[in-house]
Amino acid sequence: MKIHLPNSAWIGNIDRFISSFDTSDESILEITSHKKWISVHPVVSCMIAGLVLFMKKQGKKISFKKMEARSKHYFKRIGLFDLLDLDSEMKITSHESAGRFIQITRITNSKELDDFIKEIIPLLHMEPDKFEPIRYILEELVRNVFEHAYSEEGAIVCAQYYQQSKTIRIGVVDIGIGIRESMSGAYPTKDDVEAISLALTPGITGTTRKIGGTEANAGAGLFFIKSLAKISRDFFMLYSGKGMYKLLKNPKHKPLKLIANPLEDHFSSKDKLPFWHGTVVAIDLCLERTLDFDAFLDLINKVYRKGRKDQTKKRYKRPKFI
Amino acid sequence: MEIKLYETIGDFAGNKDLARDIRVNKIIPSLEKGEEVILNFEGIESATQSFIHALISDVIRKKGVGVLDKVYFKNCNITIQKIIKIVTEYMQHHS
Repeated sequence: MKIHLPNSAWIGNIDRFISSFDTSDESILEITSHKKWISVHPVVSCMIAGLVLFMKKQGKKISFKKMEARSKHYFKRIGLFDLLDLDSEMKITSHESAGRFIQITRITNSKELDDFIKEIIPLLHMEPDKFEPIRYILEELVRNVFEHAYSEEGAIVCAQYYQQSKTIRIGVVDIGIGIRESMSGAYPTKDDVEAISLALTPGITGTTRKIGGTEANAGAGLFFIKSLAKISRDFFMLYSGKGMYKLLKNPKHKPLKLIANPLEDHFSSKDKLPFWHGTVVAIDLCLERTLDFDAFLDLINKVYRKGRKDQTKKRYKRPKFI
Repeated sequence: MEIKLYETIGDFAGNKDLARDIRVNKIIPSLEKGEEVILNFEGIESATQSFIHALISDVIRKKGVGVLDKVYFKNCNITIQKIIKIVTEYMQHHS
């Protein structure tokens, strides 16, 4: 396999980076990088980390060509070299990471997730209401990996906060069975994009054919997360197997409206990409544009109600709050 | 029976395994004894939809929607109330 850290790879232009990933020879992993400057979304670092862990587990050879780019220190700071036991040959003065980034972290169980969340709260220096959607995203995505991915490496997480744009960019990656395989028990699909679309549709989960899910899965987690990106008019990307679904930025002149069917959103998709063993999720969230979380929940409920409107007139019992 | 969730799950309700344990070991046995159940969210700042689903959806599915007359949600902040409403309405729609 060959993967190249390019000059630029953000969700908006990540297609080129993914398309350049060469999976023809899985006996070796060769990592190369742009010689002058590398500026990438945290999910790209997660993908590199995931691939190296995957290859190491199988005892396969890894070739990491020495980085020359002036921005190479970024990768040292986010912990890429340490996680991979690679000698960066760089000596850097550690900067205070508060307010900037969450290092690449491998999370394999609930205890590690709880510890991770506790550690990052002070790092990001945010008001509790700003942190709430971030915590929500991390909790849901990492637990999805535990439950559905069958990834021995667990979840690989990385994030960075960009103060100027007030945007947090988050990547969560696993080297597991992938979405199509995970959905296949209940929903055999013709390709990865169809499987991804189903996984993004509320009420659909790979654990049952029954709409509404099981006692453990409502089939709504990814829909919530995609919706968070949509209401902040930002990107969301899901790549698994050979398929990729990308929620594009909702144009400013368009009113914000959550839609249950991901194929009715403003999106792009590809279905013949290099095969990724597992799932890659990336999201951007401008914290200035994000609604407060309670208003977001109202919108979610509206989508559910709309979906039900034409189907039933029955009145629902209300939970009793005391 | 009153179940103080904070003691088991801390200030954020996200761990579905713990939700399942509470449902299986506390909520369902109490209901089967004919008791009312009070789920006390005091000290909990937020929750995921997945946690609330794992906590109560199977109770509604198995006991029927009437079980909501016997289960009370105490000390929920607005966010948690909204998530519980989403999950309970969702379950009633799909049950």
